[in-house]
Amino acid sequence: MADLAIETDGLVKVYGSTRALDGIDLAIPRGGVHGFLGPNGAGKTTAIRILATLIRPDAGTARVLGRDVVHRAHEVRSLVSLTGQFASVDEDLTGRENLRLIAKLYGYGGASATRRADELLEAFGLADAAVKQVKNYSGGMRRRMDIAASLVATPEVLFLDEPTTGLDPRSRNEVWDIVRTLVAHGTTVMLTTQYLDEADQLADRISVIDHGRIIAEGTPTALKASVGAGSLHVRVMHRDERDAARAILARELGVEVTEASDPQALVAALDDRDRVTRAITALEEARIDLAQLSLGQPTLDEVFLALTGHAAEPGDDAEEAA
Amino acid sequence: MTTQTAPQATEAAPRPAAIASALASGTRPRRPGALSESLTFGWRALLKIKHSPEQLLDVTLSPVLMVLLFTYLFGGAIAGSVDNYIAYLGPGVLVQSVLIISMYTGATLREDIDKGVFDRFRALPIWRPSALVGMLLGDTVRYTIAAAVTAVACVIVGWRPEGGVAGIAAGTVVMLVFAFALSWIWTSIAMLVSSQRALMGIAWIAVMPLVFGSNIFVEPSTMPGWLQGWVDVNPVSHAVTAVRALMNGADVGTELVWVAGWSAVLVAVFGSLTMWRYRDPR
Repeated sequence: MADLAIETDGLVKVYGSTRALDGIDLAIPRGGVHGFLGPNGAGKTTAIRILATLIRPDAGTARVLGRDVVHRAHEVRSLVSLTGQFASVDEDLTGRENLRLIAKLYGYGGASATRRADELLEAFGLADAAVKQVKNYSGGMRRRMDIAASLVATPEVLFLDEPTTGLDPRSRNEVWDIVRTLVAHGTTVMLTTQYLDEADQLADRISVIDHGRIIAEGTPTALKASVGAGSLHVRVMHRDERDAARAILARELGVEVTEASDPQALVAALDDRDRVTRAITALEEARIDLAQLSLGQPTLDEVFLALTGHAAEPGDDAEEAA
Repeated sequence: MTTQTAPQATEAAPRPAAIASALASGTRPRRPGALSESLTFGWRALLKIKHSPEQLLDVTLSPVLMVLLFTYLFGGAIAGSVDNYIAYLGPGVLVQSVLIISMYTGATLREDIDKGVFDRFRALPIWRPSALVGMLLGDTVRYTIAAAVTAVACVIVGWRPEGGVAGIAAGTVVMLVFAFALSWIWTSIAMLVSSQRALMGIAWIAVMPLVFGSNIFVEPSTMPGWLQGWVDVNPVSHAVTAVRALMNGADVGTELVWVAGWSAVLVAVFGSLTMWRYRDPR
């Protein structure tokens, strides 16, 4: 039991007539990254807030590092940190003041609180912005500040709620590197995301959540395999060759090939990537020139469509208000 | 706001090696006590004043306007002359200005909750009420400034408090304790409603009978019987009577016991209500 970082049993949270969580069972081992993947309103934030002791479940139990989040909340709080989706530091204060505030609350004295704050500012590339109010930070700096604030006292489990939503690609990569550093240090990270590629890049295991229920669980590879291997997009050089190309692809790939609205384009949902090479060779042998060829990852939309039969659409905003 | 003129150096990047060493050195010191945690949050409130001192404007201006309005507009009608009235009104307006300012504590709290900062505090292993207690402690600085400005305005108008410095100091302490206790009403409303606007609406409705249904402005003897009944039990009346007696050098009688009792009741009822909602706020 104690070697599990997170363990929940039938977790339920109801807001009005919405069942934000409708019976969540989790068993997450220590170490590594566990991804919580789902659209807005699926219940990701609600689940993470219960685990971080911010809200109480209406039914079911949850244990973090073996401690019940309701009855031993204080112990849980001393072992975990949460970086919320929205403001998790005081925008009116400077970066250094925010970190000193948290350091003091953890028991650092005046001088050592300042030392700890400066150590983190330096490590997160925020030393130059130490005396600026956080409301003047860029999105990427802001996010790094949020994460730094969660690491003032090194947590055993870190919850990250949509850590890269709204960030530019460079800032997103920086956050990913930070998460990898945390994992290398031995911290268990649980993150929520709407992006399959983010879960793919970082997570060792993924729970897919929809309408308050976990609808699939597994490694990113297994999850993608369960929805097919993505799709092949082909654009022929001459539009009168499209029909011929379509026939060849359908034969070689063994799946249905659809005509896109572009008169030169074809799309095929794959279930086996290995057959793509053979299909392309067959096109070449038939002397059909290609203008463009791309192999797409399955998108979150495709995962959702395959798992639920409906597209990933935002749920209602009940949990946003929570 | 001309930070964009010079081409800024590209943003510094995080350094994984330094982060790793910061993680390794992040051992926890001993937990601080409840008082130390509350004082840290009080420090936060003062930092916010430092960064936007303009928030002291309402604290300083509105009480002065109140003093001028009531002494010159109503003073003659109520007490025959301005000089007679200011000794009665002065301490009352001090209490009134502090009570009205205290409502903004609730507004600040609601803003913190809405922005999400409180999630960070609530997830920390600290004494749960410390964020709120610290906020209220920080606000006593604002109350003291408001009281000082109001007192100076009253003295300029003609108030000569006979309690002297000791009387004024004692009256101020009573007022701050009472305002701290009463503020829990606003924090509990902040926890119950979903927006700052709703909070201020309800707070104004609540503060009206407390402030005007009291002996701040007039002797209750001229009021109808039912209103006298309310004025007599109104905790604000007891606070005003105590502050007035201390500052004007009169006998305070049992009023201090009443104020202490009411303050304890307010903290017990509204403090508990606030903390109950604090566990799981919407």
